[in-house]
Amino acid sequence: MTELTAMTAAELAAAVAAGEVTAQEVTKAHLDRIAAVEPQVHAFLHVAADQALAAARAVDDRRAAGMPLGPLAGVPLALKDVLTTADMPTTAGSRILDGWQPPYDATVTRRLREAGVIILGKTNMDEFAMGSSTENSAFGPTHNPWDLSRVPGGSSGGSSAAVTAYEAPLAIGTDTGGSIRQPAAVCGIVGAKPTYGGSSRYGLIAFASSLDTPGPLARTVLDAALLHEAISGHDPCDSTSVNAPVPPVVAAARQADVGGLRIGVVSELSGDGYQPGVLARFGETVELLESLGAKVVEVSCPHFTYALSAYYLIAPSECSSNLARFDAMRYGLRVGDDGTRSAEEVMALTRAQGFGAEVKRRIMLGTYALSSGYYDAYYGKAQQVRTLVTRDFDAAFEQVDVLVSPTTPTTAFPIGERADDPMAMYLADLCTIPSDLAGNAALSVPCGLAPEDGLPVGFQIMAPALGDDRLYRVAAAVEAALEDRWGGPLLAQSKGLGR
Amino acid sequence: MPITRDEVAHLAGLSRLALTEAELEHFAEQLDVIITSVARVQEVAADGIAPMTHAVPVVNVFREDVEVPCLAQEVVLSQAPAAEQGRFRVPRILTED
Amino acid sequence: MTDLATTLVPYDEALARYEPVIGLETHVELGTATKMFCGCRTVFGAEPNSEVCPVCLGLPGSLPVANRAAIEYTIRIGLALNCSISSWCRFARKNYFYPDMPKDFQISQYDEPLCTDGWLDITVRDTVGDRQVRIGIERVHLEEDTGKSLHVGGATGRIHGADYSLVDYNRAGIPLVEVVTKPVPGAGALAPEIGRVYVTELRELLRALDVSDVRMEEGSLRCDVNTSIAPAGSAQWGTRTETKNVNSLRSVERAIRFEIQRQAGVLDAGGRIVQETRHFHEDTGTTTAGRSKEEAQDYRYFPEPDLVPVAPSPEWVAQIKAALPELPAARRVRLQAEWGLTDLDMAALRNAGALELVEQTVAAGASAADARKWWLGELARRANEQGTELAALPVTPAQVARVAELVSSKTLNDKLARQVLDFVLAGEGDPDEIIAARGLAVVSDDGALIAVVDEVIAASPDIVAKIRDGKTAAAGALVGSVMKATRGQADASRARELILERIAAS
Repeated sequence: MTELTAMTAAELAAAVAAGEVTAQEVTKAHLDRIAAVEPQVHAFLHVAADQALAAARAVDDRRAAGMPLGPLAGVPLALKDVLTTADMPTTAGSRILDGWQPPYDATVTRRLREAGVIILGKTNMDEFAMGSSTENSAFGPTHNPWDLSRVPGGSSGGSSAAVTAYEAPLAIGTDTGGSIRQPAAVCGIVGAKPTYGGSSRYGLIAFASSLDTPGPLARTVLDAALLHEAISGHDPCDSTSVNAPVPPVVAAARQADVGGLRIGVVSELSGDGYQPGVLARFGETVELLESLGAKVVEVSCPHFTYALSAYYLIAPSECSSNLARFDAMRYGLRVGDDGTRSAEEVMALTRAQGFGAEVKRRIMLGTYALSSGYYDAYYGKAQQVRTLVTRDFDAAFEQVDVLVSPTTPTTAFPIGERADDPMAMYLADLCTIPSDLAGNAALSVPCGLAPEDGLPVGFQIMAPALGDDRLYRVAAAVEAALEDRWGGPLLAQSKGLGR
Repeated sequence: MPITRDEVAHLAGLSRLALTEAELEHFAEQLDVIITSVARVQEVAADGIAPMTHAVPVVNVFREDVEVPCLAQEVVLSQAPAAEQGRFRVPRILTED
Repeated sequence: MTDLATTLVPYDEALARYEPVIGLETHVELGTATKMFCGCRTVFGAEPNSEVCPVCLGLPGSLPVANRAAIEYTIRIGLALNCSISSWCRFARKNYFYPDMPKDFQISQYDEPLCTDGWLDITVRDTVGDRQVRIGIERVHLEEDTGKSLHVGGATGRIHGADYSLVDYNRAGIPLVEVVTKPVPGAGALAPEIGRVYVTELRELLRALDVSDVRMEEGSLRCDVNTSIAPAGSAQWGTRTETKNVNSLRSVERAIRFEIQRQAGVLDAGGRIVQETRHFHEDTGTTTAGRSKEEAQDYRYFPEPDLVPVAPSPEWVAQIKAALPELPAARRVRLQAEWGLTDLDMAALRNAGALELVEQTVAAGASAADARKWWLGELARRANEQGTELAALPVTPAQVARVAELVSSKTLNDKLARQVLDFVLAGEGDPDEIIAARGLAVVSDDGALIAVVDEVIAASPDIVAKIRDGKTAAAGALVGSVMKATRGQADASRARELILERIAAS
């Protein structure tokens, strides 16, 4: 790992802008790092070296011509392979899209390019964003740089691992039930889910339409804020896109002051069955915030105990419909078309071979929940529970400015441990799901290592919709205080590929 | 009430998934556990509660009736598993529409 | 799939023992410039797959954005059909797999249609006279159209026996409005005609609203017909079948008629009607069974999460209402009053398909009486001869108005006028051009006419004698001779005057 790959995005952008280093040098350093560690980490599905260097050259040309550069110009980034790129294949981690070349860029992709961010490649993920470990990828799992025998979390495991292993200072993930925050937590980095609709879903291969949200992953709170701002904002191509100013997250990240802030600890999210080390680190961080001047109270959100169940009805229902288009007719895998079979048979054979087990489970679960006769009791009821979860949040935010909880009940588990137990896997999302259901903003910031296994623990902060800036204010305060205590970033403590 | 192998076969048919017998049995077991668990939502009293389908309470998002450039035919067909005469070639269709 | 031997009960017999109930579902392709959820053009006949984008192709990651004009057109249709306009409604996904559906779900509306509970009044011909029927409109909702498939390898180009299919998605995503009637009971023997007249009226209404070009032959207006019968006097309605591929007004009538006869045959034989979708065949006028609806498709409808609700404000709806054009029914009432016609006269005009033509002819300067005379008389005869519709004749209302004017000004007489129209229909140009080229004007010069009159008088002494005797009616024959001699170019009444004058004077 060279100096360049150890730098933060903010530092790199400043260095490029000041002419201390070229964007091409920065890009090359990261491409070298990728080549060095990828055999062990497998964060990337596709590395686009030529396109990245060309984009870097363009940034350097701009600078040379005296033209203005954005706050992240020349900074490399890893893009979750669920967002379309017109010059790189996009698979969503699935065999059914292996080799698919989209004819258009996602809005997030376009905004990154316009900002001068250098897209190094597409990262590994649980197939169609369904999973919490990246083990559901059709192309093999990604390994946690802290301990290669463990999962990096999911579904944005590739993006999270890439940042953790210093392959890129920035990454984009997507969060539907916790798929940015949980990987960030188990990898010891920062990951944020913006307010639903805060970042465009146009070009985001849909899993659950009413929940999916693109968001940033980075090693520092400020870096995450810069990326958060770069991708956010109204998009006329997305009807559910929020038409309101982007919350001032960068300013908040620089503010880092929690004096007088009211913080609520969610009673339903700090308890039974959580790993003791996770609870310990969480409790210490709450005390830390109090010592920094925040007022901490306990808050009850009674319907949160039903959030997981509601989510695992709503998300599969929407995905069963969203994934119907993969029918072998227009793009993607086609199996069994030997001239004797019907379209219906070819569809069924292709989907059986093209989709992994978790995807099939969720499609069938969703089909069940939407079926005539079952709709009211399952999907309909789940949507009502969702309203109640949202009301719990609304009531809580009358009393406090942010809510907090551990990001996920355990640290990174070993690869293979939960692969055959879907319910056990789903429990990883226990704390993250409520914010997705309500469409609120939430973030995970590292808060230490669990003593029992020396693995990272994440601290989750939740804010009301459009209150994204509050997340960064609190996270920055936590980061500053903890790094002070640790004598440096958490990643410096890694004995794995973190250094 | 556990979900049966036949019900799973029905779901697989509806969602165009050609599952093997072994898969049907295996999925039946797993889905049964999951459905039983998520059915917890039925415990919640929700009379008169409006179902939520949007985190963002917005209405009337429209576009104007103005042309936007579209894709070229070659691009459209470039990713097709099979194409003929400028169209997507698909196997014979059984169900009438 | 072929039916078992179909026994058709003769129509009158079927109606004697059974009561039909019909319903109609009409799909209208809106004439917006762009598609329902994206900015692709909605042109007809373009190169396949050349008017598509990620959205209407349903590519992974694509998202729909609703076309405001399509919403407005739908509200316009709802208002014209006297519907209530929803103040808040959503789109829904209708989920099923089919190769012509890019997303394998269709964005439509389910339990929250944009317009509900309206009506359309139509008039049908009874044995006793005209009968007003109010067709209830259940709902008017908005959805997206699918792509189009060509089936290759089979004998008839249909799905059965095809080897493979070729799909074009240009049509996918075009806005489609579905108008669903409430069931129409009590139609009796008039059921087929009611179906046809309803679709005719609806089409005319849609055209007046300028929301679609409503061409059944191009597919911008599609009709499905629901038919059921029950034994006369029974309290419950029978099981209904849905007949698709009804591609013309005449087919609507024929399809209903056939279904009534077929279903009567089934019930007579002790069988029961299967709730199914049937296919209408133009060439034979019959229906055959298609997909069975017995196990009704479970579309697993749920509200479309990629779109936000549509909540038309009262102000917007009021604006649309205020801007509604004069609707056909109101226009007909107005024209009838303006032209001073009886109900029977109006009915004759409409049945002949001449209403608009007469209106345009009047607008071009003719009197209503003259316009009617020409269109319902000479031109209707010609249209019949050629087996075409009036509107298809190669003569314009302006030309007809000109001919009427020329007759009023006595430049032409009736016979000459008919000749001129013949030449117009033959493509020789405008009336004035024809008159000049062929010298067809009435001879207005008395001098030439007197010479001919004198000749005729000289050649018919016995008739002249009769006239001298006081039988002036006999002059008619002499007028005839004058007309013949002048090849019809004399002014008949002037000729008659001159004949009597010259006889009296000699």
